[in-house]
Amino acid sequence: MVDAWLYIGLFLLVGIVIPGMAIMISWLVAPRKPNPVKQSPYECGVETVGESRVQFKAQYYIFTLVFLVFDVETVFLFPWAVALGKLPLFVALEGIVFILILVAGLVYAWRKGMLEWV
Amino acid sequence: MDSALILEWVIKSAILIFVLLTGFAYLTLFERRALARIQVRIGPNRAGPFGLLQPVADGLKLIFKEELTPAEADKVLFTLAPVVTVVPALILAAVIPWGRDVTLFGRQVSLSVADLNVGVLYIMAVSSIAVYGIVLAGWSSNNKYALLGGLRSSAQMISYELALGLAFVPAILLADSMRMVDIVEAQHPWWFVVIQPVGTAIFLIATLAEVNRAPFDMPEAEQELTAGYHTEYSGMKFALFFMAEYAKMIVISSIAATLFFGGYLGPGVDRYPWLGPLYLFIKIVILLFGMIWLRATFPRIRYDRLMAFGWKVLLPLALAVTFITALGIVLEMLWLIPVLSLAAGLFTVAMVHRALRRKAYARA
Repeated sequence: MVDAWLYIGLFLLVGIVIPGMAIMISWLVAPRKPNPVKQSPYECGVETVGESRVQFKAQYYIFTLVFLVFDVETVFLFPWAVALGKLPLFVALEGIVFILILVAGLVYAWRKGMLEWV
Repeated sequence: MDSALILEWVIKSAILIFVLLTGFAYLTLFERRALARIQVRIGPNRAGPFGLLQPVADGLKLIFKEELTPAEADKVLFTLAPVVTVVPALILAAVIPWGRDVTLFGRQVSLSVADLNVGVLYIMAVSSIAVYGIVLAGWSSNNKYALLGGLRSSAQMISYELALGLAFVPAILLADSMRMVDIVEAQHPWWFVVIQPVGTAIFLIATLAEVNRAPFDMPEAEQELTAGYHTEYSGMKFALFFMAEYAKMIVISSIAATLFFGGYLGPGVDRYPWLGPLYLFIKIVILLFGMIWLRATFPRIRYDRLMAFGWKVLLPLALAVTFITALGIVLEMLWLIPVLSLAAGLFTVAMVHRALRRKAYARA
């Protein structure tokens, strides 16, 4: 088991080296002639107006909050799913109750209008 | 830990990386040719026979291209973002089993490269790292299009990640394990796509959104955001984003094949274990062609509809599917699972149809 994780570590190193090498090689051989026009933000040829880091919708933030709750709860389902075959009936049903609580949470968020993209 | 094992690891990683990189290169060619055929064009056919040298030519061109970095960009994050996007796409491939153990040079060689007992959890954890790369790219570019593209893609990816995570659960439930090898072996008489067709459909749709492919390619919607999060990228760094997308397509297809389409299983694989990788390869190619076909067929969906589809259609359906699968296993009536889940799927389709029709009336 530990071997498998060691292998993943090794593979991670390889995975980092490959894009790193690609960037290095092109850094060595590609031409570099920067000028202010090239380095300006690309906005289809029109000159940039104002800040580039503009305000964006708060809706993104709300979706992230809802996501956080549901994602953690999804991961909680994984160990239960692995063990379901060996669990006594009562514990198996508890997992199903947990799914129903998730559904209730989703219905609540829906009714509160958190899932509307306005 | 002997030296032969380390040698085995090195050879396996080299093969895996080689397969992924050439696979990525030829997938771009395959996509261009297939799209061209669907649109009654010919596609790239000049470089080499059937255009087979086209990926090589593209790669060489991209290496020698000048790289532009916007003056006000965050230089460190700007360089880091493509790396952060590529790495998860590559290391995801490590847990996919390619076949049963084979004997090679008098040595038992396992064709599952890293046989983790939490394989599915690993896939879920690593695949969600990729969103960082895209957000960092959008933020560091100092470009409005890139920022908006990065934000959109982060919201989209986390929304569909929920349905994706829940779509893993039926496979785990049916196999009683998170090890990829166990999941494949549990599909011996019946592939999980037969037992849980709706779960498979949710998985395929959610993965399509995860890799930002059409019809969910909002982050790089050309008509409104020029190129989304990689607007400011050029040369090799752009190529890395491109590589991440296509490598992820391959990996996600192989995960789908492993979880739901029987992985390396197929007729005759008991007798000749070498057939395993071949079957897996065929399944991956079919799934990839499906992705390309979808891109050629469907227009991009509007952003509010995209979010609504993820949260109001896929997520409840995925919860229902998980519930149904657990119920079928607890009651020990496996035939109940496909029947009930298909009913739930049809009910969802009917509800979506109704909601869309009502909106059409309201507008008229």
